[in-house]
Amino acid sequence: MLEVLEVTKIFNQGSVNEKLALNNVSLKVPPGDFIAIIGGNGAGKSTLLNCVAGVYPVERGRIFLNGEDVTGLPDHRRARDIARIFQDPMMGTAASMTVEENLALALKRGAKRTLRWSLNETRRRLFREKLAMLKLGLEDRLGTPVKLLSGGQRQAMTLLMTTLIQPRLVLLDEHTASLDPKTALKVLELTRRLVEENNITSLMVTHNMEQALRVGNRTIMMHEGKIILDLQGEQRENMTVPGLIEMFHKVSGEKMQTDRILLT
Amino acid sequence: MNLTVFYGAVILGLLYALMVLGVYLTFRILNFPDLTVDGSITLGAAVAASLIISGVNPVVATLVAPLAGALAGLVTGTLHTKFSIPPLLAGILTMIGLYSINLRIMGRPNLPLLRQPVIFEYVARTGLTMRNSEFILSLCVALLFIFILYYFLNTETGQALRATGDNEVMMRSLGVNTDRMKIVGLGISNALVALCGALVAQYQGFADISMGIGVIIAGLASVIVGEVLLGSSRIIVWLMAVVLGSVLYRLIIAVVLRLGFQPTDLKLFTAVIVTIALISPFIKSYLEKLRERYREKNKLKA
Ligand SMILES: Nc1ncnc2c1ncn2[C@@H]1O[C@H](COP(=O)(O)OP(=O)(O)O)[C@@H](O)[C@H]1O
Ligand SMILES: [Mg+2]
Repeated sequence: MLEVLEVTKIFNQGSVNEKLALNNVSLKVPPGDFIAIIGGNGAGKSTLLNCVAGVYPVERGRIFLNGEDVTGLPDHRRARDIARIFQDPMMGTAASMTVEENLALALKRGAKRTLRWSLNETRRRLFREKLAMLKLGLEDRLGTPVKLLSGGQRQAMTLLMTTLIQPRLVLLDEHTASLDPKTALKVLELTRRLVEENNITSLMVTHNMEQALRVGNRTIMMHEGKIILDLQGEQRENMTVPGLIEMFHKVSGEKMQTDRILLT
Repeated sequence: MNLTVFYGAVILGLLYALMVLGVYLTFRILNFPDLTVDGSITLGAAVAASLIISGVNPVVATLVAPLAGALAGLVTGTLHTKFSIPPLLAGILTMIGLYSINLRIMGRPNLPLLRQPVIFEYVARTGLTMRNSEFILSLCVALLFIFILYYFLNTETGQALRATGDNEVMMRSLGVNTDRMKIVGLGISNALVALCGALVAQYQGFADISMGIGVIIAGLASVIVGEVLLGSSRIIVWLMAVVLGSVLYRLIIAVVLRLGFQPTDLKLFTAVIVTIALISPFIKSYLEKLRERYREKNKLKA
């Protein structure tokens, strides 16, 4: 499905701010995998997702999607296969546009946009039906500008927009981190439902260790631009949060900022 | 006061509404402060005037002008997207370049259209007076473009354009080449502006190398006047507000001139209007802070 092959990403190469963000990273993701990614601040988690999405060009290595080499393709040309959800709920929707306009934008993800009138009754019916599944009452607010919705509502909408056109791969970057705990849990449940029901391959960055072990079928830990741990199957099932921290100490030789990771 | 003066101001406002719609498209919808406008309005005037003088049918000449304008927008868009030049600088570069190009096209700084056929005469052939023909044509053109833009901004492509100005990161993740969207938007905007220049030149009877100076600020002032009157989140209302703003702005200018100000004072006047509009949010929040402090003081006393 997705293969990241010996990818290296260096920011500001050749300047004093040079930063090796991904150091020869390789990752093979079979179809249907739901991978949770953890790691400290600046470990390179977001950079990995951005490189997979095509936001940044990579300095070395190759990225394959369904066997096709997409390394040289810009982000908008990978969008048909890859959908993304960001940490900031504001990033996933166009604030000044209405709920139905945002959904219409997502309905054309990766497809050619025509000069035909965008909204019609067929589409509205589809949107209402899909919005009703969120159980947030948004199906009655098609004409509301998105900026009037709460962060949780917007993130739920972004999730819906992601699955309107089935992607092959979803990239979630701490997409519940800026929501209040209750809403975060709801959005996480929704994520599980949408991803698992549709059997979409997913990479989800989280800083919640508990979540990283519970959600999905595989857990990856990153540190200083490298993947230092890749847990799946029985090994993962038997893993506990303290065990995970222990592992981190051993592999990285460093003390983890446990308070940040455990408490959030 | 003289009614014909106001009639003239209304016609001018309707003609300039095309430019204001262009400014609205870049500043408000694409979130791209495009200064190309000062050059592309003169470009439209220069192209149309010199074509008419060389014997080309005025309707054809008027239709060629927006093509030239679109090209200017393309240049600014390319400078910004392909070479990462900031919007303001990219627009200024094109604008300055256009100054020389416009002079080349016109051959001299001022090109009179005296005794030349102009597009308004085609309407006058129906038996209307020249003044009424000018009014009818400018009104029809303004309404036509309100409709075209309303339709376009609600198509799949038009919505993608609006969303590009709103949230570029999201639009790229939805598969839209936002660079191309910006170039298209700048092209459309400057085509409108150049068409405006072509019509204004025929209305006033000349093209002048300096007719573009400060046009961008007049455009912004008109957008702001329209927004203040009819602020709304609905596209169609916005578009009408923008055209109305343009007419009102010209009426205000006419009044100011009547009050005895010189035409050369107008630029300062317009700059002040726009400045006040731009800083009004700051003034508002400052006043609110003052009020709060005042209330707190009173509470302490009580
Ligand atoms: N656009 C950028 N320009 C320069 N440095 C960056 C950029 N994005 C990330 N970095 C650096 O790369 C490293 C990895 O960042 P990131 O992938 O965002 O970490 P995280 O694991 O917290 O998501 C950090 O040191 C960060 O400062
Ligand atoms: Mg991050």
